[in-house]
Amino acid sequence: MVNRTKKLLLKTAAVIIENKEYLTELDAAIGDGDHGINLARGFKKLKEKLEKENFEGRDELFKLTAMTLISNVGGASGPLYGTAFLNISKVISDNKLDLDDLVEIAEESIAGIQKRGKAEAGEKTMLDTIIPAAESLKHSRANKVDLETALNNCLEKAAEGMKSTIEMQATKGRASYLGERSIGHQDPGATSSYLMIKTFIKSYLN
Amino acid sequence: MGKKLINDPDNVVQEMIEGIVMASSQRLEKLDSYNIVVRKDAPVEKVGLVSGGGSGHEPAHAGYVGQGMLDAAVAGDVFTSPTPDAVFEAIKTVDSGNGVLLIIKNYTGDIMNFEMAAEMAEAEGIEVDQVVVNDDVAVEDSLYTTGRRGVAGTVFVHKIAGAKAAQGADLKEVKRSAEKVIKNVRTKGMAINPCQLPAAEKSTFSLEEDEMEMGIGIHGEPGTEKTKLKNVDQIVELLLADILSDLEVEAEEKVALMINGMGGTPLMELYIANRKANQLLKSKEIEIYKTYVGEFMTSLEMEGLSITILKLDDDLINLLEAESEINLL
Repeated sequence: MVNRTKKLLLKTAAVIIENKEYLTELDAAIGDGDHGINLARGFKKLKEKLEKENFEGRDELFKLTAMTLISNVGGASGPLYGTAFLNISKVISDNKLDLDDLVEIAEESIAGIQKRGKAEAGEKTMLDTIIPAAESLKHSRANKVDLETALNNCLEKAAEGMKSTIEMQATKGRASYLGERSIGHQDPGATSSYLMIKTFIKSYLN
Repeated sequence: MGKKLINDPDNVVQEMIEGIVMASSQRLEKLDSYNIVVRKDAPVEKVGLVSGGGSGHEPAHAGYVGQGMLDAAVAGDVFTSPTPDAVFEAIKTVDSGNGVLLIIKNYTGDIMNFEMAAEMAEAEGIEVDQVVVNDDVAVEDSLYTTGRRGVAGTVFVHKIAGAKAAQGADLKEVKRSAEKVIKNVRTKGMAINPCQLPAAEKSTFSLEEDEMEMGIGIHGEPGTEKTKLKNVDQIVELLLADILSDLEVEAEEKVALMINGMGGTPLMELYIANRKANQLLKSKEIEIYKTYVGEFMTSLEMEGLSITILKLDDDLINLLEAESEINLL
């Protein structure tokens, strides 16, 4: 279990590093053009630490991820993702990972991001990817959908959520200064969140 | 990709900080394993002042560390807020038991990281308070934005709060002085050419040969509108009109005027801009108490300028004139 999670986090780091330029380009359109650079710096550091150390539990892995991102990413995405991973470390267990756990993880991530960023859905932020993904998981749980289908649905909703930011006007973060000019661009934070969710789900399904 | 005089994009901030400290080795030092510049004599028996933010705005903020201004400046990566652990380290280093005031520019990332640092410091029993500078009139302060950005006016906050702290005022009084500046200072900037981050392959925005961006931010983040390029007198007139309509300066009131280069603007052009700004303010019978022309809050090699107006009363004039190791003029 612990090794699988470690692999998952290493894969996430690889995906973010691969997409450094893409995320940076999205950010240059409506922000200050450093989202990819900052996240890649944090995840590169995380990769080094993950490769060097051994871990007892999944909570330790997520706590290390949180602290590494908080102290290496900077900007807004460092505290936001850092607090999300810190919250995940508080609820994740080593025994099982079923739909109940996934819903809890999703809700805790959202709570962490909202505590720092004070944003709601529809403000053109990472939450516009994560909230629909979480809602989809809750819906699947309520309807007793099997885990594989639930994860596929969740990924689909996350992608829709990310794309929905194109038409949104930003009211939080640096893109909010652009007013209507922020419309027509996909949010870089929503995109990096999608890349992470996609990596988690694809790894899980394999 | 544009040319840059650097070694490795990943090391620009650290190498710069080392260079800054070497240039003033009698009075400044770098904290081990952090990109933080502190006064060598820290902690000084007074309220500590810590500012910081992304790098690329030099001389802000490391250039303002010294007697009469800041006690420490925390440098994040280029255009990226420093992390909470670094800000916390700076707070611990400058706290003499009289509390520490954080001077933060109004950006989502800066506020989050500095607030996390303040929480860490408070947990260790250090008294910490903060002010948020938001002088940029280019962006509306409304429910629908994160609020106005903090730009060149921040330098006046460093100066006034620094002078107040040097006089032995307590944390509440120093904060009140800083807030007085924030209430009375406004800035607007523009650019004719963008800048490029050392680690990025492209410029932060693009402008056609005959275009300019009004209301540009200091991170090359897009401004409020792209328009046809005008001459500098017309540009100064537009910038000042927006500043004055927001700040409401009456005839015979005293102001400090700052013409700030964004990093790639020749001084010649800044002085031409200053000429027009002086003429315009005089025509409105506004008294220019002091004029500052130069680079105070840059944006790498961006070509452009910003104008800052600080409304003054006798109290602010005294603090503005207070002695400091750092000469703004």
